[in-house]
Amino acid sequence: MKLMAFEKPLGELYDKIEQLKKLSRESDIDLSSEIEKIEQRAAAVREDIYHNLLPSQVVQIARHPNRPDSLSLFRLMSDDFIELHGDRAFGDDPSIVGGLGRIGDFRVVWLGHQKGHDTKENIRRNFGMPNPEGYRKALRLMQMADKLKMPIVTLIDTPGAYPGIEAEERGQAEAIARNLREMMGFGVPIVSVVIGEGGSGGALGIGVANRVYMLQNAVYSVISPEGCASILFRDAKQADVAAQSLKITAPDIVGLGIADGVIPEPLGGAHHDWDVVATAIKTQVLSDLSVLSSQSADQLRDDRYAKFRAMGIFTEG
Amino acid sequence: MSIIDWFAKREKNTVDTTEKLNIPGHLWIKCDQCQEILFQKDLKDNAHVCLKCSFHFRMAAMDRVALICDPGSFVPCDEDLGPTDFLGFSDTESYVDRIRKAQTKTKRKDAVVSGLALLAGKPVSIAVMDFSYMGGSMGSVVGEKITRAIERGLENRCPVIVFTASGGARMQEGIMSLMQMGKTSGALERLGRAGIPYISVLCDPTTGGTSASFAMLGDFNLAEPGALISFAGPRVIEQTIRQKLPDGFQRAEFLLSHGMVDRVVDRRELRETLATLLDLSFGGPVS
Repeated sequence: MKLMAFEKPLGELYDKIEQLKKLSRESDIDLSSEIEKIEQRAAAVREDIYHNLLPSQVVQIARHPNRPDSLSLFRLMSDDFIELHGDRAFGDDPSIVGGLGRIGDFRVVWLGHQKGHDTKENIRRNFGMPNPEGYRKALRLMQMADKLKMPIVTLIDTPGAYPGIEAEERGQAEAIARNLREMMGFGVPIVSVVIGEGGSGGALGIGVANRVYMLQNAVYSVISPEGCASILFRDAKQADVAAQSLKITAPDIVGLGIADGVIPEPLGGAHHDWDVVATAIKTQVLSDLSVLSSQSADQLRDDRYAKFRAMGIFTEG
Repeated sequence: MSIIDWFAKREKNTVDTTEKLNIPGHLWIKCDQCQEILFQKDLKDNAHVCLKCSFHFRMAAMDRVALICDPGSFVPCDEDLGPTDFLGFSDTESYVDRIRKAQTKTKRKDAVVSGLALLAGKPVSIAVMDFSYMGGSMGSVVGEKITRAIERGLENRCPVIVFTASGGARMQEGIMSLMQMGKTSGALERLGRAGIPYISVLCDPTTGGTSASFAMLGDFNLAEPGALISFAGPRVIEQTIRQKLPDGFQRAEFLLSHGMVDRVVDRRELRETLATLLDLSFGGPVS
């Protein structure tokens, strides 16, 4: 497992444990009490690190290459998941995926951003940065869900919509804007979970939901800390400060009234145990769907609009 | 070229700059495009469009209201909505200071003017963004005022017209600025379902979170000639793909040719075009 920079003290302890175990095997000396002591220390260090994470460290966990991806989570939550492709206009964007599947007693439309776990897959998935056809595929699947009265569950994990020439030519802004508007009008329940990076408009483009959740180490932000640092602080090295200032962690996003709750991750991050994460998301989604599915189409629309209508902090008078 | 020549040339340039600076700012202005020196009053009488090359200057929000609305008909709304620094945000300058400076400069609380007015005798709910206030960036106040302008259209059953000029979301308000995209677009969903038209007039520049929400959602998207309209800014794209962008990329005419706007309209004909669209799309018997 790839360790992150702030996990270095932990990595050193793990290395020491390995060395002692090897030595113990090769030399027939009993080092078990030594090993146990270091293991205890490692556990304490681990607790200490993960209970005192800085926002910039949470960003690293949110971007960890082994973090569970949308397709894997769909399959872990739905035995019968079947993927569907294409926007019926231009192409099939591999950085947004979707399809049908059962979750508990509900038949749902799944949607999510899709990143890769290695360079090759990341290049194929454009690092989870969709082009307009990705948003249009998502819209097509959501319109189908609305027609067939199926709830929509979206998993958000993108650095942002792709800033490229072709993306501009094909109307990146229009594609996202249209999704924001149309999602507000669907008469079926929509539940969204930010599972990794909630990168700006590219994230919100599949995130206008009745219920929004954050995985414990996910982040949600109007701009990446790096982007904010280079634009506002005029110094890319200030990304850590920007991460702090922007208030992007799960507790902050819940505190600001944007998300409804935090879904816990295993200690050390979601990449340590995908099954546990899938079960936690599934439990939350099922609990919401059982409440939302009894509401009428108009109630669902009104509920969703009221949620977003209340967002904004200003003075009046 | 010797260093002496270089200095000589440089000195000449310096003289030019001084000459430019000597032009009284309140009387004369130089066209950004053709460099023609224009008399301010002539420019104003020509809808802030260059008399020589038709370059469209950026326009103050109230000048635009005056240009579009029937004289004396505009009634401002929500003027007392003001921003707050709820994140305690500070970069090279604190958000509190930025707000204070922008308010002093523009004499308004935030980056949008909105209200009810008549256009060719028809009531409209109108909102105009002010780029000179923190780059027209959208925070809670801008999002709320745009949303209320849309809701006023819904309540009064009158068309909604928004003039956009904005660099995008206001980073100093963090995630809350992003959510204004969902709020404003959601309000437009309701307006659309009620069968009331929404006209978006995209002015220079309209980028980021503003273009990716209400700016692109017009039943009619009109753009001013030469306006920069984009999702990602040109600099961001150049950094991503590491090459220079072609001339005219992301300009209004580029969007027209790519099917993203209905018309590129010369500002001197804008009021007439809006009146025609309102007349043909709303109110009165269908046949």
